[in-house]
Amino acid sequence: MSLLPSDEKQLSEAIAVAKGPLRIVGNGTRGVTCDGDVLSTAAMSGITLYEPGALTVVAAAGTPLADIEAALASEGQRLPFEPMDHRGLLGTTGAPTIGGIVAANISGPRRVQAGACRDSLIGVRFVDGRGDVLKSGGRVMKNVTGYDLVKLMAGAHGTLGVISEVAFKVLPDVEATAVLRLKGLPDADAVLAMSRALGSPYEVSGASHSPKGVDSPSVTMIRLEGFKASVAYRAEQLRMLLAGFGEGVIENDPAQNLTEWQRVRDVAAFEGLTGNVWRISVKPSDAPQVVAALGADAVLLDWGGGLIWALMPQGVDVRAKTGGVRGHATLVRGTDFARLQPEVGPLAAISAGLRAQFDPRGILNAGLMG
Amino acid sequence: MEMPKPDGAILANKAQIVTRLQSVLPNGAVISNETETKAYECDALSAYRCPPLCAVLPTNTDEVSAVLKICHDMGVPVVPRGAGTSLAGGALPTADSVILGVARMSDVLETDYDNRFVRVQSGRTNLSVTGAVEEEGFFYAPDPSSQLACAIAGNIAMNSGGAHCLKYGVTTNNLLGVVMVLMDGTVVEVGGAHLDAGGLDLLGLICGSEGQLGVVTEATLKILPKPEGARPVLIGFDSNEVAGACVSDIIKAGVLPVAIEFMDRPCIKATEAFAHAGYPDCEALLIVEVEGSDAEIDAQLEVIMAIAERHNPVEMRESKSEEESAKIWLGRKSAFGAMGQINDYMCLDGTIPVSELPYVLKRIGEMSMEYGLDVGNVFHAGDGNMHPLILYDANKPGDLEKCEAFGADVLRLCVEVGGCLTGEHGVGIEKRDLMVDQFTGADLEAQLRVKDVFDPKWLLNPAKVFPLDTSAARRASQ
Repeated sequence: MSLLPSDEKQLSEAIAVAKGPLRIVGNGTRGVTCDGDVLSTAAMSGITLYEPGALTVVAAAGTPLADIEAALASEGQRLPFEPMDHRGLLGTTGAPTIGGIVAANISGPRRVQAGACRDSLIGVRFVDGRGDVLKSGGRVMKNVTGYDLVKLMAGAHGTLGVISEVAFKVLPDVEATAVLRLKGLPDADAVLAMSRALGSPYEVSGASHSPKGVDSPSVTMIRLEGFKASVAYRAEQLRMLLAGFGEGVIENDPAQNLTEWQRVRDVAAFEGLTGNVWRISVKPSDAPQVVAALGADAVLLDWGGGLIWALMPQGVDVRAKTGGVRGHATLVRGTDFARLQPEVGPLAAISAGLRAQFDPRGILNAGLMG
Repeated sequence: MEMPKPDGAILANKAQIVTRLQSVLPNGAVISNETETKAYECDALSAYRCPPLCAVLPTNTDEVSAVLKICHDMGVPVVPRGAGTSLAGGALPTADSVILGVARMSDVLETDYDNRFVRVQSGRTNLSVTGAVEEEGFFYAPDPSSQLACAIAGNIAMNSGGAHCLKYGVTTNNLLGVVMVLMDGTVVEVGGAHLDAGGLDLLGLICGSEGQLGVVTEATLKILPKPEGARPVLIGFDSNEVAGACVSDIIKAGVLPVAIEFMDRPCIKATEAFAHAGYPDCEALLIVEVEGSDAEIDAQLEVIMAIAERHNPVEMRESKSEEESAKIWLGRKSAFGAMGQINDYMCLDGTIPVSELPYVLKRIGEMSMEYGLDVGNVFHAGDGNMHPLILYDANKPGDLEKCEAFGADVLRLCVEVGGCLTGEHGVGIEKRDLMVDQFTGADLEAQLRVKDVFDPKWLLNPAKVFPLDTSAARRASQ
């Protein structure tokens, strides 16, 4: 059975009368699976408010990301957090929805500068497991009225409630992008170079590293965005700052820069390769040692080393291999381990307690988060 | 504002409670005599005062845990206190509560420039976090105006903002992890030096929970490289509407200033009399600050001034030096002090959609006439976070009540136009009873249930955030 409510009221009724578990999806492009009748928010669609002068957009959860991006682009604005498109990596189809992005707190390379999806999210409306329509936050970017359930809902994967509407702070799009490329750096040097860049006053908006392939040298990329003259100045300053890491080359071509960073964002290098895809969050300086311990078939570093994408053979438990390092690992493609790293100790009890309060019958994406 | 009646049994049991607390803390860390507890009777919302049963000043996480365990066992409410700078009464005690102050926990535990974070004890003041890392060219971004005095613990409790959050975000956007002690003494570690913690975003939930979910003892904070430089331009207008429209146009143009500050005529007048900053004689003025290299600053200010020019400003002053910048900021930074010279004041902090600025300012002006109380407006215009300062005379019977009624009307107006009750100060006791204007019963119930999970006995800062009748049953069940 499949449920497709077209507004918040129908969504509330569908949840209130549900007899068993529900599997919450937008258009299902991110490969999340669990038991239950499918409940999709895809029919709850449309931008309900967009005020460019206030940097604010509000949309129903099922609104395709593409619609929001198009509306923002027409006013020279964009979502700050550069959400990943999972379709290539997972071989899924359909239009990614804004609600799905929020539910999984999907954030791309610009995370290092602009924060995660949850940092731009300023309001949510949702329906909890009782069928109650609830809200938190609103449409203003500074709001400390009551507990911040906005953050709690971002990344809760639908387990606390089904998101019906989201509000974001957006940012102006940029005039120019420059990318400084360094070739041939070993992982440890690359992470150090990225740290230097991110610790400089030049406002780096992306720092990624592709280790050495079979017949290609490694490539480290550092991205700058802003006004044209400013970007040119900063790129040159950065090139000099990192001269000790080798001869940097500055790329200014907008089309090429866009493509390159979409490939980083979507982990395009792993497309078509078989194996499990893991996403590992660590302290950047721990990345080289984790990469060495993994012995992965392919690796991509983003967020200055703070995010490791690893292509691993099936059956290999990444969490066991990285046990000594603080952080966590998500199995983005593959089914032989839990998708999300289980919490432990008192935090697991708190999370279970919250789920029991918001979804006392345990019917929303049951078991997905523990 | 009403506070719950103290529990007679706890008052009668004071000696035993104090003895048990003394047994787990260093000498001098329990303050129980009535002259000394007076120091903890209020925070910066000083119209409300009540000395606590006692105050404790632990020095580390283990001691905090021991204190909470005792209070949990004995059913004693605990009110956490950072530096006591809350404008919302967040640290106001009741007579039957223990104040848990973090003032003696101010150490820097770890600095890591490669990974761009600093780990501190939560009693450290906001400005001294920057002080610990600025020699290496870094700073901690959130900058509440009390930053010289306020503690990170309170910043986390209230999710504090500041003038520069248009670009850098508020506390929650700059907090990577905490060590927190639950009411039963359990120590939990949430988040850390890595960017994304797994599981539910408990860190996001804890930040801004007003000390009701746990006591934060350590914080891992994001530090940012200092910009090469920063300079403001001051722009005067002959109406609030035009100044508001200019703010909107600047934002739409793709420049992202670090700060856009707004002052209206009453505030400009008071400030001039007090600080002599040499501000122009006008209805409204904006201070717009941008960052970067000298050339980048020039280029951005040029764009901003070209936009302002289209709105026929009465005056524009572009800062060309540090000295000129300081002069432009002088008036803004002394605004609160200047208003305080005229009379007692209540500082509100409702937030509104930027587009509603002219309408809301006009309505506040009208209400000021109706109530017969003067108001000055000084606020962060870029993000719609208003700070109306309502002047009243604390010695005049009925004036405080009139001022509070006026303030409540302004905050209801903020909600009505799509905004909220508080942008950065928190609810505390001050806005507690207005929560029903912003939230439905179900919305509030969902928040109460969150507290149930962290603090089932409702002992942590129990009389705050929620209207007393809404939380009554839960508080009684302790």
